[in-house]
Amino acid sequence: MKEEAYSYTTPASILVQVAEIASRYKGRNDKLMDVIVQVNKLVPDISEEVSAVISREMDIGQTTVYSFVTFYERLSVKKKGKYIVRMCSNAPCHVRGAVEVREAILDQLGIQLGETTEDGRFTVELSPCMGVCDQSPAVMINDKVYGDLTPDSARALIKRYIREDMQ
Amino acid sequence: MKENLVLLRNRDKQNMSDAAEYIATGGYKGLARALEMSGWDIIQELKAAGLRGRGGAGFPSWLKLKFAYDAVGDTKYIVCNADEGEPGTNKDRVLMLSDPHSLLEGMAIAGRAIGANRGYIYLRAEYPYVLPVLKQAIDSAKKHNWLGDDIQGSGFSFDISIRLGAGAYVCGEETALFESIEGRRGEPRLRPPYPANQGLFGKPTCLNNVETLANMSHILREGAEWYNTLGVEGSRGTKLFTVSGNVNNRGVYEFDMGINLKELIYDFCGGISDGHKLLAVQTGGASGAIINPDQIDFNLDIDHAAPGGGRLGCGTIFVVDDTNCVLDIVRNNMAFFCSESCGKCVPCREGTRRIFLLIDKICSGKGTVRDLKNIVDLANTIKIAAFCGLGHSSAVPVLSAIENFPDEFNSHLDGDYCACCARLERSVILDA
Amino acid sequence: MPENVTLTINGQTVTVPAGTTILKAAESVNIHIPTLCNHPDQAVKANCRMCVVEIEGQRLLQSACSFPVAEGMVVRTNTPHLIHIRRNILDLIYSHHPLECLTCQRNGSCELQNVAAELNMGRDLEYAVESRNMPKDTSSPSIVRDPNKCIVCCRCVTACNDVQRVRALAKENRGYKTVVVPPYGKKLADTVCVNCGQCVQACPVGALTIHDDTSRIYEAYDSGKILAIQVAPSVRTTIAEALGEDVGTVSTFRLVTALKQLGFHYVFDSDFSADLTIMEEGSELLHRIKTGGVLPMFTSCCPAWVKFCETFYPKELPHLSSAKSPQQMFGPVIKTYFAEKNGIDPANIFSVSVMPCTAKKFECQRPEFNSSGYRDVDCSITVQELGRMIRAAGIDFASLPETPFDNPFGLGSGAGEIFAATGGVMEAALRTVYEVYTGKTLEALEFHSVRGLDGIKEAVIDLDGTEVKVAVVHSLGKTREFMDRFQAGEFRDYAFVEFMACPGGCIGGGGNPIRTWDKVKTRTESVYKQDSEQLPVRKSHEQEGIKLIYKEYLGEPLSERSEHLLHTSYISRADIIRS
Repeated sequence: MKEEAYSYTTPASILVQVAEIASRYKGRNDKLMDVIVQVNKLVPDISEEVSAVISREMDIGQTTVYSFVTFYERLSVKKKGKYIVRMCSNAPCHVRGAVEVREAILDQLGIQLGETTEDGRFTVELSPCMGVCDQSPAVMINDKVYGDLTPDSARALIKRYIREDMQ
Repeated sequence: MKENLVLLRNRDKQNMSDAAEYIATGGYKGLARALEMSGWDIIQELKAAGLRGRGGAGFPSWLKLKFAYDAVGDTKYIVCNADEGEPGTNKDRVLMLSDPHSLLEGMAIAGRAIGANRGYIYLRAEYPYVLPVLKQAIDSAKKHNWLGDDIQGSGFSFDISIRLGAGAYVCGEETALFESIEGRRGEPRLRPPYPANQGLFGKPTCLNNVETLANMSHILREGAEWYNTLGVEGSRGTKLFTVSGNVNNRGVYEFDMGINLKELIYDFCGGISDGHKLLAVQTGGASGAIINPDQIDFNLDIDHAAPGGGRLGCGTIFVVDDTNCVLDIVRNNMAFFCSESCGKCVPCREGTRRIFLLIDKICSGKGTVRDLKNIVDLANTIKIAAFCGLGHSSAVPVLSAIENFPDEFNSHLDGDYCACCARLERSVILDA
Repeated sequence: MPENVTLTINGQTVTVPAGTTILKAAESVNIHIPTLCNHPDQAVKANCRMCVVEIEGQRLLQSACSFPVAEGMVVRTNTPHLIHIRRNILDLIYSHHPLECLTCQRNGSCELQNVAAELNMGRDLEYAVESRNMPKDTSSPSIVRDPNKCIVCCRCVTACNDVQRVRALAKENRGYKTVVVPPYGKKLADTVCVNCGQCVQACPVGALTIHDDTSRIYEAYDSGKILAIQVAPSVRTTIAEALGEDVGTVSTFRLVTALKQLGFHYVFDSDFSADLTIMEEGSELLHRIKTGGVLPMFTSCCPAWVKFCETFYPKELPHLSSAKSPQQMFGPVIKTYFAEKNGIDPANIFSVSVMPCTAKKFECQRPEFNSSGYRDVDCSITVQELGRMIRAAGIDFASLPETPFDNPFGLGSGAGEIFAATGGVMEAALRTVYEVYTGKTLEALEFHSVRGLDGIKEAVIDLDGTEVKVAVVHSLGKTREFMDRFQAGEFRDYAFVEFMACPGGCIGGGGNPIRTWDKVKTRTESVYKQDSEQLPVRKSHEQEGIKLIYKEYLGEPLSERSEHLLHTSYISRADIIRS
């Protein structure tokens, strides 16, 4: 099971772009976050190939890249969907119905927490506080925040993304 | 009860990332004054103002600057901690969006004070929409020569870079934040050496919270004497408060230091929503104490520790109504600490996990007296033996809740069915 | 001179230099503080929190291993409260560490067990054990990884990533999910791991252990095979240590007795095949110098270094000497020359080596090593494994009589013996190369410039007027540094470079008893003492067995038969690093 989570590949055309980005920061370990943030604009996940390219071009160990990526909540070495739905799990959202919102979204997408829909479009995961507690419960879909959700408005939100993606 | 807008004085204005707009409100006058002062004099001004850190610990800001001022080295850094990770806190987001230049100005003043020519803003990944605002503000400030080389012909240069986080509460810890900026896992460093001597990239560094730095711009502009008219003895100035949870008017508000918590909740924020009753208040974020309704009548200033452990912290007020259960809130808190521990030291890595599982066991009505004893024992161990502040403070909510809500804990131990804990059992991801 | 600081520890006044840690200050007055993540050869980590102490005036406890002393400081290390806290911390470690002591290779040498015993943990478990439920990784022929036992002290990460700079291990995830693993769920065998075993040396518990091959020997014995074993140069200096004797105790001939008692029919000295290596490698060096071959020539006797070069520096493989390692030279010699000479069917020989090395297990399995027509070396075990075999057989090692090595190879030379230490191969080669090249007798045998523990040692050797530049590198971290500089154009005019993967050379090898630098230094002294004081022959080309085998079988170095049996080639493993 674990091996499967890592067995995805990244297209060669992306790897070329990754190499281009990483090669600008040879030997600059302090630019690793920058590089990965830029790479994440191309692909949401840091595959084995991507980290090998970063490692080679920046001249830092692949284990360094891997260890770094697995540390941070918002970076991933596992396959991610096009839209990453992050649901706040902390108390201010929790006391205002975050669980019901979470269940509505998971139910609609037919997946469990941490999973990605089969079509590769949506990944749903928990997130620590996203700093929009005045609009709890809240979710973030990629870089956008949606607050004051109810199960119904959450379902409508997901529907909107599905429609937008189809166009 | 009225807000006193100093830091948020521009919150209703548009386009505040434009330096011209900021200058029109008197912006950069503080820096202009600082440019004519020596570093030492700036530090003395901040000392006279009585400014203290807004991140939660309330350390005197002038002293923190002085340590870095005294440190030997040609290269020094000012770092702004914009990794506002404390659950229920978003004052810095509001401040950065509504008046980004006040932060930049404050950083430049701090840089001038200690002799640093570079500042870093470590911005949390959860605020991607703040990034363009800050970038625009930095560009605009450079265009107006309030940042960059030879600021206003003073000979002082100061530049600011933004570094992004990627989701890690522990990066709010000073040295973990440095590690993250340097491109490593955000694990805290050993102390000593202390950041004032060996901080970011091994150089003398002074790190401050967004709100603290913004305060510096206002202090330098209006003077220490003016600042002393704000707030209360020992806690000068205004404070941003984030009010969240089951309260009618949630949001970020600015008051003088020393306001009364009960009044804040019931008068200003309109009390508990949907006609429910107050169950508990957690002050200071997930790492703050959880207090009961009898303990909320106290004044929020830096030094005041109310019975039950309630305190100002970073100004986070999380209100919980009686449809909830305190144990479930503690369970939620512990799940957070458990997944946000960096995993470096044993007490925090394993201890938060054990406490979380034990609390969950008690929530489900299967807990024993021994489990409760073990929770207290472990929390007290983490509190003093963990590697860093995150670990130390993770014990606060659980210990305070046990102290302030003894009946609730006991009733769960008796095997009583708790409808709330049972209903929210499904929110718990055991291996999250 | 740093100034001194006076403090009080448990009521005792202590004066130590400023900057000393509380732990060291306490040790200086024989106050013991339990530690777990602390390793004498590594930077302070302070992550286990076992050594926390009370400092008067401080609310928080501080880790003694990291916290520096200060004038007038008042420290308590052993209050009931502290002992309680430490026991809580141990309970927490237990809660994520399977209690499989009885089936663990580290049973009896586990640092967690030691601390548990110190803290009187003989009581019921406080928390149920939560397992990571990760599969045990037995893919590597050298190292077994049981991530469930990992206590995340990260000593192995330091060893692999910082000291050796192989970078096969990564700290993964955070919080209670933190664990040390090869990246991307890979098995160790599929990674850049070069099997040096320094991670095993660093692991305080049984999360990283040596792949145990002892049962294969018992099986071979039971199936009636003729058991031949070769004993590597450093083994005689560390086997006694593995069995509880003083560090640096040399037990060459007791070891032979023990091996005979274990059922080995023939016990041979790898010092002999080290001598053979010198003959071949030295001749190859002279040949390369004379014919304008690829220089500098790199030594090839360390299998971890060879795999390291194949993985990270495949372009430089032509620099590697084609001479096999002593282990792999002895293998075919036993199954051809020795078998023929003694009328033994080589198919019936089970050839074993006992090595200070985990990478030798990988080496003897390399597919090309069957030049005898059979698997040249069937099985390689480490000193640690041999120690366990001796113990399991109930042999009282300390009181054993002495037995000489078997003929025709006999006792190797001092030159072969010093292969055990960094610089030894170089020095042994120089002794022979000098005499062959100049035709003169070398009077001063010691080449002090290639000895010692500097990571990269450089020397200019005067071969009777011809100056030859050589270098000696040990630890793969230093090797990486050397190779990077080499690729950048440095060291190009050097003739010969010795590489040893393990810090200190084989004597600090991954298969030896658990190392510290202090132990490695003591062992090294013993190695050189054997050469200078105990061994009758000190040059490889003067060893009797060497003369005999060339006369009877091989002809001369680099002969057709030598090339076939004693030389090899290498492959690029660059594709292990994907993309």
